[in-house]
Amino acid sequence: MNRPFPTPDTSGCAATPVLKERGQREVFCGLTGIIWLHRKMQDAFFLVVGSRTCAHLLQSAAGVMIFAEPRFGTAIMEEKDLAGLADANDELDREVARLLARRPDIRQLFLVGSCPSEVIKLDLSRAAERLTQTHAPHVRVMSYSGSGIETTFTEGEDACLATMVPTLAHSDDRQLLVVGALPDVVEDQLVGILREIGIDKVQSLPARRSEDAPSVGPNTKVLVAQPFLGATVAALEGRGATRIPTLFPFGVEGTVAWLRSAAVAFDIDPDLVDKVTASAQTRARAAVERVAERLRGKSIFFFPDSQLEIPLARFLARECGMIPIEVGAPYIHRGLMAEELAALPHGPRLSEGQDVDRQIDRCRAAKPDLTVCGLGLANPLESEGLSTKWAIELVFSPVHGFEQAADLAELFARPLGRRERLHV
Amino acid sequence: MKLSVWTYEGPPHVGAMRVATGMKGLHYVLHAPQGDTYADLLFTMIERRDQRPPVTYTTFQARDLGEDTATIFKTTCAEAYERFKPRAMIVGASCTAELIQDDPGGLALSLDLPVPVVPLELPSYQRKESWGASETFYQLVRHLAGPRERTPEVTCNILGATALGFRHRDDLAEITKLLAGLGISVNVCAPLDATPDDITELAAAHFNVVLYPETGETAARWLEKTHGQPRTTVVPIGTGATRDFIAEISRIVGKTLVTDETHLRQPWWTRSVDSTYLTGKRVFVFGDATHAMAMARVARDEMGFEVVGIGCFNREFARDMRAFAQDYGLEPLITDDYLDVEAAIAETQPELILGTQMERHTAKRLGIPCAVISAPVHVQDFPARYSPIMGWEGANVLFDTLVHPLVMGLEEHLLTMFREDFEFHDDAGPSHLGGHAAPPPERKETEPAANLPTQPTDGAPEWDPAAEKELRKIPFFVRGKARRNTERFATDQGRSIIDVETLYDAKAHFAR
Repeated sequence: MNRPFPTPDTSGCAATPVLKERGQREVFCGLTGIIWLHRKMQDAFFLVVGSRTCAHLLQSAAGVMIFAEPRFGTAIMEEKDLAGLADANDELDREVARLLARRPDIRQLFLVGSCPSEVIKLDLSRAAERLTQTHAPHVRVMSYSGSGIETTFTEGEDACLATMVPTLAHSDDRQLLVVGALPDVVEDQLVGILREIGIDKVQSLPARRSEDAPSVGPNTKVLVAQPFLGATVAALEGRGATRIPTLFPFGVEGTVAWLRSAAVAFDIDPDLVDKVTASAQTRARAAVERVAERLRGKSIFFFPDSQLEIPLARFLARECGMIPIEVGAPYIHRGLMAEELAALPHGPRLSEGQDVDRQIDRCRAAKPDLTVCGLGLANPLESEGLSTKWAIELVFSPVHGFEQAADLAELFARPLGRRERLHV
Repeated sequence: MKLSVWTYEGPPHVGAMRVATGMKGLHYVLHAPQGDTYADLLFTMIERRDQRPPVTYTTFQARDLGEDTATIFKTTCAEAYERFKPRAMIVGASCTAELIQDDPGGLALSLDLPVPVVPLELPSYQRKESWGASETFYQLVRHLAGPRERTPEVTCNILGATALGFRHRDDLAEITKLLAGLGISVNVCAPLDATPDDITELAAAHFNVVLYPETGETAARWLEKTHGQPRTTVVPIGTGATRDFIAEISRIVGKTLVTDETHLRQPWWTRSVDSTYLTGKRVFVFGDATHAMAMARVARDEMGFEVVGIGCFNREFARDMRAFAQDYGLEPLITDDYLDVEAAIAETQPELILGTQMERHTAKRLGIPCAVISAPVHVQDFPARYSPIMGWEGANVLFDTLVHPLVMGLEEHLLTMFREDFEFHDDAGPSHLGGHAAPPPERKETEPAANLPTQPTDGAPEWDPAAEKELRKIPFFVRGKARRNTERFATDQGRSIIDVETLYDAKAHFAR
């Protein structure tokens, strides 16, 4: 009852020393999170205050351009904006006014700081306060930094959600808050199960629309759905909420643990989770097992990307029989990762940060069956004979929960299967 | 400050990367924050390059700003030299590093590396990608190309091609072949495929062929002034321009060169009666100035189209573009805002757009046929087949490229005759393209009435409203397949109602 998820055979990787690297990092900056956040939050606009590089990153990272007029843009700073900050603020006010006039459907505007705006110390939080006064009550203006000097890839979402926390209403209700931007279909599945086991009030951060924004208070329990939300969790704890420590909902085991932990936190018999989800669990196990046939015994090497690496390695090792050789993460949050590290079977090297050339040397030496890496490395490594999986797809696809567990496994099996099919 | 959603050009250091990545044996050390490494994927994904760009980034972070970013740069630079042992290096700053003013050039020179180090000053808040490529190539040439004896036979350099260029790979091959047919061999082709050692040999050529003025003209002008090498000014895109190009080279080398046009099919293809329907088609042309101007000439003089709008996104060539457009009786559109271009297209209502990937999207939205003729590039602009747009084969390729998006001869007549045919109408798009033109922008996917089961066809299982709703959460491009699979699964299982359970049972069943 007080052990909501299976105890690993050993202490796993909890005591594994971490190789800390501080060289060239081949990772995206936090601005990239805008690509999925602007789809998730349907009345929000993300205005990056930055350079042409920021704009170019957003359109390149999106891979193919999403060519409906997207709910994001870049206010590109020019020579004259650098000369005087007062002018930069005037310029910003003017661009925001023009934008909001053209998009009356926008209720939340995020001013997103970039490397250049941080370096010239353009104070976007003050700008957000000023602009909120101008455009209230229709639009709330908030700010966060997605700059590369402060955030790595998914930390942009963390910064965005954290900046929303102070704006949330207070509530003393006993309630559950699911934190992390999930694809709508996944969010509906997981929230549906949580309601079904008897948790009456379940809310999500971020909400799809601003009028559905969750409340928070001392009786709020936080169930974290994405492993990269350290700052958001800290901000929620600052509002009195408590985090439910557990695995992340990847794979059958992770999803069961995640749901059971929530049940325990609400004094619900965790076995009810198994009753409610019995058919989903059976189905997911069978589906994962079919894919695992192709993964079992294969070695895998993770380059750092999204902070999903440790939970994914745990899923692949425990449910699919893969052998992680190195699990690299841009940053390892010891608190949020404690359960995951304990569950990850002993064996792989853990690395934090990056020195990409040295990591490539290690990867070549290890000759893994599958390498998970960014788009800049994938083709070069393929041409050397390594099979690769683009890490970014793991963030852009529905992979949480029971019904997606086999899809998640399939993402890793496909590159291997393709190599077997091709005879060229 | 200017609000921008999509941009035609990246920052100038991306231009420098296009030069470095196109060359061999050159390494670029870029002072840049974490995240700027995204630019690698332009080359590895869009161009499908099988090697990482030869770029090392300092990827400094906020905590480094309080310390010593200059030392980080020096260490990175020294380590990059040791690891990659390049024949020459270029060093510079991206937009953020420009603000912290560490002087990468000075720092790199202080390392006393045993190879030439060329410092780059690329003002990120004023300039853009093409300029960055041009400036980088110019600086390399200025630093490395010393005086040389001319080669005994007549040779030329081909200047301007870079990595990530629109059809540069095949244009180079085609023009090299064309020149060989004229008895002229190539001394150096640069930046694409050149080494730093090749750059030192530039002055041995008798003249320079400037294929891409956007990236090669500045260097060519310097070579003309410093080493007395004449340069070509005609870009050989299309039949007429290729003939002019050969005539220009004849003047430069002082003798009449004879060319073999055996494989040039474009003139007959366009004169043949099947092409009559092309006459007077109204086209809008937009791209980089060089490609836009060349395509306008092809469109008017070689296809018989009417050019109704023209423009370019690179201001550096605004003067050339204005002079050119006069001959077409047009006021050119010079802008880097794709919404201005879209507005101009919507107003002109052309029958064909020759543009960039941006205009391809605009065209889709407006339901107008479009061919891509210029950078910015997309993975589709790097075809596996040989597909130059310069020289004789380029002229052939362009004929096909410009005709392909259009509704063909008789089909066009039938459309005009039977406008109301429910499956054979304007909006359906050219039948040989299989797909359909984009629906008009105001048309939305029709939502089935909520909470009503979808009408089953004969004997087919019925959809429970909740399952129907669940199905709609699946992305539209796989939804049809999911629906069919689920129905087949339900039928096989003898289930008459498809509920959410069935949907996911089917999903798991087909998960293989």
